[in-house]
Amino acid sequence: MKEVIKAVGHVFIKMPQGLLVTLKHLFKKPVTLDYPRKKKPMMPRYRGRHYLERYDDGSERCVCCGLCAAACPADAIYMEPEEGEHGERRAKVYEINLLRCIFCGFCEEACPEEAIFLGQEYEFAADKRNSFLWTKEDMLVPHPRKDNPFKKIIRRVRKVYGVTEQ
Amino acid sequence: MRELRTEEFIVNMGPQHPSTHGVCRLVLTMDGEKIVKIEPVIGYLHRAIEKVMENRTYSQCIPMMDRVEYVTSMSCEYVFSLATERIAEMEVPERAKYLRVIMLELNRIASHLLFYGVTAMDIGALTPFLYGMRERELIIDLFEMTCGQRLTYNYIRIGGVSKDIPKGFEQKCRSALKVIAEKMSDYEGLLNENPIWLKRTKGVGILPKELAIAYGVSGPNLRASGVQYDLRRNDPYCIYDKFDFDIPVRYNGDCFDRYILRLDEIKQSMRIIYQALDGLPEGDVKNKKVKLTFKPPAGETYTRIENSRGELGVYLISDGGKKPLRVKTRGASFNHVQILPHFSTNMLIADLVANFATLDIIMPEVDR
Ligand code: SF4
Ligand code: SF4
Repeated sequence: MKEVIKAVGHVFIKMPQGLLVTLKHLFKKPVTLDYPRKKKPMMPRYRGRHYLERYDDGSERCVCCGLCAAACPADAIYMEPEEGEHGERRAKVYEINLLRCIFCGFCEEACPEEAIFLGQEYEFAADKRNSFLWTKEDMLVPHPRKDNPFKKIIRRVRKVYGVTEQ
Repeated sequence: MRELRTEEFIVNMGPQHPSTHGVCRLVLTMDGEKIVKIEPVIGYLHRAIEKVMENRTYSQCIPMMDRVEYVTSMSCEYVFSLATERIAEMEVPERAKYLRVIMLELNRIASHLLFYGVTAMDIGALTPFLYGMRERELIIDLFEMTCGQRLTYNYIRIGGVSKDIPKGFEQKCRSALKVIAEKMSDYEGLLNENPIWLKRTKGVGILPKELAIAYGVSGPNLRASGVQYDLRRNDPYCIYDKFDFDIPVRYNGDCFDRYILRLDEIKQSMRIIYQALDGLPEGDVKNKKVKLTFKPPAGETYTRIENSRGELGVYLISDGGKKPLRVKTRGASFNHVQILPHFSTNMLIADLVANFATLDIIMPEVDR
């Protein structure tokens, strides 16, 4: 008899209690994201795809010194130097193999010119292995003052940590 | 006595099996429903990390160590840094030590929350998985905020940590811990008195104390069998001797004890983090003398720490060059896979899954 009462109690008390929890969750904001349509904003320090920076006048910061390639634990960076229009040294070929890259951020930390940095993007899907070899053209940021010579430029390099980050 | 004979048959569990947490293959010899013999076959996740590290400089080894065990990457980075610092007899700034403790313990909580989720899911309850993942996300966000990556952090470096915590970290950390502390009662309410859960775990897969010691089992699995042994207490490293925390012990050694012990550990880790946050000193976070090409003197060391699965050790030999001469990692999961055949026979496959899950084996640490 006791067990029957207990079982009935479970049906009429415990089960509605459980269902109430479910009901409450129906009206709460979900913790999940509707992913491809809504994306989570990444934190400022996030290490995603590589960018090559430019000076304000549009010339490339990278001087092809090879320090990033030396620091890279995955041997993902390949470069060849050349001489630019004004006799400066710059990269003729600068390629990163994103299939090898492990996004450790050592290239960013090693670069003396603050030329390379890792941005926020993280979706690299492609259907050919070749398209993971990123060249200089893919990574260079657009000319900052091409359209508007008075544009305020926000540097995104985070080499010196502790400096305020945008 | 019957004249005709039946045969045992062999079942391959894995390497692609949802409950083997990676790619572990278990060759089971079955007599009807009962398991007669288990033969673990490992090596499917071997990436030769130890060999790769011999061709990398010391700093470059840190992101490699991340991949030794990607659920608690922080402790892998830490143990390698600690080994190198011991060879080089290097000073680490006080603030860096506190930050290391905070990160290590946050990582331990994240790992145990993942354990809580996937174990329950292996045994057949889906809700805990969602709960565990939801709270783990709070901690992963803290890591992303500090070091810029969600799983392989590259944060703890030789001589300190790579960068200071950003503004607002402390407050966010405290609120995350508060949320987790609140949800702990949910976790316990969901499983601790759940009759199905108790039937599946209580008294199942009892790991006797002597067997555990004989096979070098460590970490929560050892403590669930009644041995109070935690490297944070027994062989203190970093600044763990400054903090006040308990080492939870359980005595039955069954699946339920292994599960509940990890929930107890989450609470203790939270205590450590609160104390570390309160005592966080100001100052540098990195020893400035360490460059990317840094050469420790010749020497060798075996350094071990307690990660969320047990003893994680690194045997490091330096010949005074830029690169380590030999790195050998010792993961706790390796011993835990070895011990599986010795106490999981004569049970059902479903109970083997419970055993495997509560031992919290993770394959990358087994194969390296
Ligand atoms: S990105 Fe920086 S480190 Fe790499 S070659 Fe260019 S200037 Fe040198
Ligand atoms: S992020 Fe790391 S692995 Fe990738 S290119 Fe830079 S240094 Fe190499």
